[in-house]
Amino acid sequence: MKRVDGRTPEDLRPIEAKAGVIKNAEGSGYFKIGKTWAYATVYGPKEIVPRFMMRPDKGILKVNYNMMPFSGQGERVRPGPNRRARELSLVSEKALASVLDLTKFKNSGVEVFIELPQTDAGSRCAGICAASIALADAGFVMKDMVAAVAVGRVKGEVVVDLSYEEEADETDGGAVDTAMAMVPSSEEVTLLQMDGQVTKEELMKAINMGKEACKKIAEIQREAIKNKYAVGDLR
Amino acid sequence: MNYTEKEHLLKSLNAGYRFDGRTLEDWRNLEIETDLISTSEGSARVKLGNTEVLAGVKLSIGSPFGDRPNEGVLMVGCELLPMAHESIESGPPGIDAIEIGRVIDRGIRESKSVDVEELCIVPGEKVWMVSVDIVPLNHDGNIIDAGAIAALAALKTTRFPEIVNGVVNYKHLSDKKLIVEKEPIAVTVGKIGDHLIIDPTKDEEDVLDARLTCTIGQDGKFCSLQKGGETPFTIDEIDQIFELAMVKSDEIRKQL
Amino acid sequence: MSKLLIEDKEVVVPGQIVAEGMDYLPSYGTYRLGENILANRVGVVSLDGKVIKTIPLSGKYIARRNDVIIGQVFDIMSSGWRLKINSPYTAMIPVKDGSFEFIPRGADLSRYYQIDDYVVCKVTNITSQNLIDLSARGQGLHKLRGGRVVYINTHKVPRVIGKKGSMVSMIKQATGCKIVVGQNGVVWLSGEDPKLENLAVRTIEKIDRESHISGLTDRIKLFLEEETGTTLEIPKEDLSDEEIEAVNFEDSEENLSFEEHNNNSNEEKYEDE
Repeated sequence: MKRVDGRTPEDLRPIEAKAGVIKNAEGSGYFKIGKTWAYATVYGPKEIVPRFMMRPDKGILKVNYNMMPFSGQGERVRPGPNRRARELSLVSEKALASVLDLTKFKNSGVEVFIELPQTDAGSRCAGICAASIALADAGFVMKDMVAAVAVGRVKGEVVVDLSYEEEADETDGGAVDTAMAMVPSSEEVTLLQMDGQVTKEELMKAINMGKEACKKIAEIQREAIKNKYAVGDLR
Repeated sequence: MNYTEKEHLLKSLNAGYRFDGRTLEDWRNLEIETDLISTSEGSARVKLGNTEVLAGVKLSIGSPFGDRPNEGVLMVGCELLPMAHESIESGPPGIDAIEIGRVIDRGIRESKSVDVEELCIVPGEKVWMVSVDIVPLNHDGNIIDAGAIAALAALKTTRFPEIVNGVVNYKHLSDKKLIVEKEPIAVTVGKIGDHLIIDPTKDEEDVLDARLTCTIGQDGKFCSLQKGGETPFTIDEIDQIFELAMVKSDEIRKQL
Repeated sequence: MSKLLIEDKEVVVPGQIVAEGMDYLPSYGTYRLGENILANRVGVVSLDGKVIKTIPLSGKYIARRNDVIIGQVFDIMSSGWRLKINSPYTAMIPVKDGSFEFIPRGADLSRYYQIDDYVVCKVTNITSQNLIDLSARGQGLHKLRGGRVVYINTHKVPRVIGKKGSMVSMIKQATGCKIVVGQNGVVWLSGEDPKLENLAVRTIEKIDRESHISGLTDRIKLFLEEETGTTLEIPKEDLSDEEIEAVNFEDSEENLSFEEHNNNSNEEKYEDE
């Protein structure tokens, strides 16, 4: 079955990933999937405020997700934190925290800023992918990359990486959109959110397809970091 | 940079060079890319040395201001995101971002580069609202000049969305482009000791005694001015700055 | 049946499988997951027999006892001076370690070091909560006058210094600059000629970028020679006391921080070619 844009159910949209794109940051990542485009920057470890948030046993991670005003599919997005952005910040933080070892950075914090100049569904997943590249770029000890992708069901078919158009589809019981993030080497799921009406069987099928997609994405993330150090033009 | 390094910088400026190897009047390398954000109606990315800025234009339909019923509404703003520099905190725009946005806004508005009467749909009732958002991605100084170039470049590529049954359809941009006839260029001249410098880096901005931003049109007319910093300028210095800004704005205009 | 999947000096990234099977041993920058050994940070592979470890390419400076660093004063209290040291943690020079001079009680401490001054100092102690004590009382420890500062990654410091200071000496020879390299990635320099000083900065930044690519020393020598139009000799024993203090990358028990001492962990620095 061909999807609206000609992809098969397992196909991801074209992906572009880079590391070290924002010079001022300790680490940074860029992740573009289809027309969804995310930057992530890492600042820290550093002293954080408010001070009561700091922990004496390890560093803490704080993730901030934000859409730029011109990034939405319709009208301008008013700047400033809204509830959706705050929730996505929270789940993104939980998705990334489990791979990080911040014991060397007690009483300090690491801040990750995810900013999206352009979105076409799957923005929180793209943000997590960019953030994972940024954290690795910043030199943190991490078990593995964290890859994220949206899986679900469109027109009755279980698919990977839904576009905005597919998400909005209301035929055949409506689209199901499941955002998932995974640590590829251990196959552990660190983010799982779902909207729609779906059976357990469909969900399990979607998650397993997502697992394969996440492994492909992780390879691309690792390549992005290696490319930063490639012996290219030595000037 | 702080005051101990400032002394060393002054020695270097006396010899005609800045810390990054430029002479006092050099622009950094400029790169402009347009039409890169598909969710916007017009967009541009500008790199000026290591300073990188995005600008995106969004159009919507709204009511005109009571005292200007035949004019559309143009709003230019800047948001300094924490991603761009370690010193930037999350939260509502600080005074730095507000100043940058307002200076760039005035430059575009006062030069009358956007024909606001063209934006009128139904006088007194419906007009186009044009929002330009300037977002620095990496802050290495001179966001004003880089942001102004980005805003102008984004406006020049802006296309109107189609209106279907009175409702804006953002998925289809018509071929009708926003008319942007003037090319106002902002040139910020900084003063350190007795020296005037063009296009300061972030380190240089940290130790500027004062700055004067001049926005100049292609006809050589000045359309806005903004002085920053606590140290005063003499009138002679201002005259010098005006001369310098006119020459430097042409250098940028050639690259648009 | 074990298999090594990478080569010495290759750049590896988190989650990358570097070896299969049980014959290899993970060390810094790697860990075992089932039958495989994976990398857990971005780094350059360093093989030592069956032990696989990586040398980091990025990451913030973590203070260790006896490091000689360059800090910047940002606060003066009655008990001493507080310094930013390019790390997540601030550090302090207590009054008693401020200077070889005796500093009387109640003295105006800003007479010795003022806000924004850069000071070469030594890490004397790190508490379990990562509070850092510094001393400016010692051979080669002093306030830096004038000049400017650039920041490099702390892990590149050994490459900027070079074996027995050979790299930094080469840069000094080519540019005529005074250069002090702190273990914390802060490099202070001062030159009479702004263009040559700028060349020194560009050279240091080039080393920061290219340290993982082999042939660095020759490449930098060629770069300096091309830019200055001169030929350079790599000096053998041309070291002042200052440099000996800064070139503190020989590991010994004393160099371990409080915790590392207790955990007996010990990371080696990157070796020159």
